[in-house]
Amino acid sequence: MVQSVDHAALLPTYLAAGTALLVLLVDLAIARRAAVLTVAVLGAAATGVAAVVIGRGVDRSTFCTAAGCSYVADDTGALLAVLFAGLTLVVLLLSVPALRSLPAGEYCFLLACAMTGGVALGFSRDLITLIVSLETLTLPLYILVGLRRRSIGSAEGAVTFFVISVVATAVTLLGAAFLYALTGSVHFGGLRAALADNAALRDIPLTAAAVVLVLVGLAFKVAAVPFHAWAPAAYDGAPVPVAAYLSTASKLGGVVAILYVAVDALRPWLDVAGPALAALAVLTMTVGNLVALRQRRMVRLLAWSSVAQAGYILAPLGAFALAGGRTDEALSLAVAATIAYTVFYVVMELGAFGAVIALRPGDADGGEIADYRGTARTHPWVAGAFVLALVGLAGLPPGLAGLFAKVVVVRSLLGGQAGWLAIVVALNAVVGLAYYVRVAATLFGPTTETEKRVRVPWAVAAALGAATAVALVVGFAPQLVLDAAALSQLGR
Amino acid sequence: MILVAVLAIPAVFAVVVALLGDRIGRIVGTAAATLTFLTSLLLAVRDDPDPLPVGGRAIQPWQELNVPWVPGLDLRFHLGVDGISYPLVVLTTLLTLLCCVYTLWMVPDAGRGRLLTALLLVIEVGIVGTFLALDLVLFFVFFEVVLLPMYAVIAVWGGEGRRHAARKFVLYTLFGSVLLLVGVFTIVAATGTADIIRLTATSGAGMSRTTQLVAFVLLAVAFAVKSPLWPLHTWLPDAHTEAPTVGSVILAGVLLKMGTYGLIRVAVGVTPDGAARVAPVLGVLAVAAILVGSLVCLAQTALKRLIAYSSVGHMGFVLLGIATLSAVGIQAALIGNIAHGLITGLLFFLAGAIKDRAHTGDLTRLGGLRETAPTLAGILGFAAIASLGLPGLAGFWGEAFAVVASFQRGGPLWTVLAVAAAIGGAVTAAYFLRLLRKVTHGPAAPSVASMPRLSPAEFVSWAPLIVLTLVVGLLPALVLGMAFDPVWSLTYDGSLVWFSR
Repeated sequence: MVQSVDHAALLPTYLAAGTALLVLLVDLAIARRAAVLTVAVLGAAATGVAAVVIGRGVDRSTFCTAAGCSYVADDTGALLAVLFAGLTLVVLLLSVPALRSLPAGEYCFLLACAMTGGVALGFSRDLITLIVSLETLTLPLYILVGLRRRSIGSAEGAVTFFVISVVATAVTLLGAAFLYALTGSVHFGGLRAALADNAALRDIPLTAAAVVLVLVGLAFKVAAVPFHAWAPAAYDGAPVPVAAYLSTASKLGGVVAILYVAVDALRPWLDVAGPALAALAVLTMTVGNLVALRQRRMVRLLAWSSVAQAGYILAPLGAFALAGGRTDEALSLAVAATIAYTVFYVVMELGAFGAVIALRPGDADGGEIADYRGTARTHPWVAGAFVLALVGLAGLPPGLAGLFAKVVVVRSLLGGQAGWLAIVVALNAVVGLAYYVRVAATLFGPTTETEKRVRVPWAVAAALGAATAVALVVGFAPQLVLDAAALSQLGR
Repeated sequence: MILVAVLAIPAVFAVVVALLGDRIGRIVGTAAATLTFLTSLLLAVRDDPDPLPVGGRAIQPWQELNVPWVPGLDLRFHLGVDGISYPLVVLTTLLTLLCCVYTLWMVPDAGRGRLLTALLLVIEVGIVGTFLALDLVLFFVFFEVVLLPMYAVIAVWGGEGRRHAARKFVLYTLFGSVLLLVGVFTIVAATGTADIIRLTATSGAGMSRTTQLVAFVLLAVAFAVKSPLWPLHTWLPDAHTEAPTVGSVILAGVLLKMGTYGLIRVAVGVTPDGAARVAPVLGVLAVAAILVGSLVCLAQTALKRLIAYSSVGHMGFVLLGIATLSAVGIQAALIGNIAHGLITGLLFFLAGAIKDRAHTGDLTRLGGLRETAPTLAGILGFAAIASLGLPGLAGFWGEAFAVVASFQRGGPLWTVLAVAAAIGGAVTAAYFLRLLRKVTHGPAAPSVASMPRLSPAEFVSWAPLIVLTLVVGLLPALVLGMAFDPVWSLTYDGSLVWFSR
């Protein structure tokens, strides 16, 4: 049988993969940092534009069999593809100073590969495509984390990340294999129908085990507690822009995978997945926040903060633990809230990492928090953007984007009758503020040494400016994000 | 239009002031505060000359603005002003203006006075917005706006333990406001609307009794942290002691009122059934606050800390008034709010002035102020006597009628509470007289030996408070007249029927 392939639906993925190839060729032919970067940036932009075009058109699907389609270019996928392309673009710009000491060709190639995985991830509609896309997204990151030469921390981070991630993927695959053995299907639609129709599956313990295994494996990717141990080491060892990518794009990938699997494929088993997700969310935000309180190094603090943020991201899905959270209405509310929170979060996280890169000389690592003393005097604008991002992550005005992000989560939890979880989220926000405000206050502290002004490269300034501008815009008009999140047909 | 202007002027000028030079920035900031104050006076103009008959709506704003902001979150930009909010709005704009004027001449040691002015304007936006908001979610957003600017005011311009005090302030009050967030969405999820007017008119119809109770408890704890209510008050003494003078004035003068206002407008208005069930607990805690506050004051030796604890006691009277859920009690709470804002604002200005001159706030090292600085001693005496509730001055009405309202509720519990509150009032008199004896009387202590004369800035920023303390004391109808209708409808129109018994 010859399948007809809808190449238009595949356009964003083609463009992303093409970018990676082109970067490699340009690096071979020209071997200039600027040329490689320009190609990568243009490629990411083209991918984003293509995704917008595909998203505005009718839904297209391809690689279809009788069981369903593996690849569907709908609004959800297009939204995610735009996000991945945008994140890659911003991180490329943030990488300009770091590329002075890193091999530009390899770096941009790997980042473009990761972008390809992310773009494909949003469109995938079966477990195999999903896992392959997710691995395409993370595999290049193992190398990127270890790219800083002559740094033990970098190598350590990379190895930890690699080993844990591979184990996690194996666990997910095992779960997927069990599911296939039980239902004979890997497509989300097929799985859902099989799990719903076949009441006998309820009595087989293997089904519950398979559901939990798949989710646990994916929880590694979002660095949810207790599967988070790799994150701080990997973030701190990696070049700072790569850490930014890990905490935004890679985390987004994990969230998308969990959403697709839990809400779409395993929907009839939400009563099993729900409590697991609720427990993950509570543990993740609480542990992340408490450990972040004690951090002295900037990137480690941001790493633990992003662990805590993963908890907030998963929190709306925790409402599935109770029957009231599994009604259709509550379900679509929770999915929209998760996507919306993730969007708000990546914008603010990029702002925070962008500011760290702007405040550090050249390709230096994140350094100690105390190193940032007095930057409010030397770099008032960058410090302003940093503070905005930090208080946004804490969920307070003037970081209105973060405030509304928290509001979205709490609203969906109360809509799903999970008031207890809403209170946990709320109390965690208080703990979170304690360390965010400590960092913010440090910026305004007196300088310890002679003030040396680091010149902020224009590319970093542009990326930081863009992230901050977007944070401000969605802060005053959060409806933009909510509308985009509501485009998602998941949970309908 | 005026509603938007009252918020937009300080918001825009806060940014402008932060970008200007230091001296010019402070002048522009003061001009903006003046403009805001004058604009806020215009809020008294009634848009609607013939309001709906009482009973149609529980809240009848004189001016109203209602446009959608974020439909996905049930958030509408819904503002309105009525007799309950108007006095508080004017008090806020007045105190901000006075603090800006004060900062024109007196910048705390940390310098950068323009930033302090800018932050004062941002705080003003948050507080005024909270008083004007008629949408639950919008109310929450404005409630949050105040947190970080106030944190910065304490942490940058405060005293020696400022870092710790500022962090304690921001974490405690954030704890309150996140509970407010949960409470707000408990209500929104159950009723499907965030419109305070509609929710008040229907007495929170759509919520089960349990939901009402849960929602009220969440809101009450949130507002109790802000007010503050014993035992959630421990952030207040630290924050007050360490904050710069203008920070203390704003904090005591209007920031605490966000809690009591929220309790009246949101908690009691929207979840009256829950309020009726929790009221006795609230009353007991309020009286505990009165007694604890005044007893701590009796033993207190630091001037600013004493005034801070006296705030706990005074706010206890306000909360007792609210807890009675009767028209008299809520009227007492409203006038108590205003009076406390005026008098304690003045007291903190005076404490700052004494501390700046004597370089100590320790009561044991002060004394004989009337020998070396008779004017200052005189004003301090006036403020202290006003604060202890002398009839004829502003402080009297709130405290006396809170006790009266508690008696009127009848029954053993409320009678005991009334008696205990009255005893607390007597202790209040005792510690203020002790304060006066220590500070103004006796032989002049070395620390007050050479006191500079009062500066024009101090006269200008204190005079309105002194005059208003007298005026409100003699003519309480100024505040109560306009609040009569809204309070009446809040207590008679809703389900608070037992008051008529």
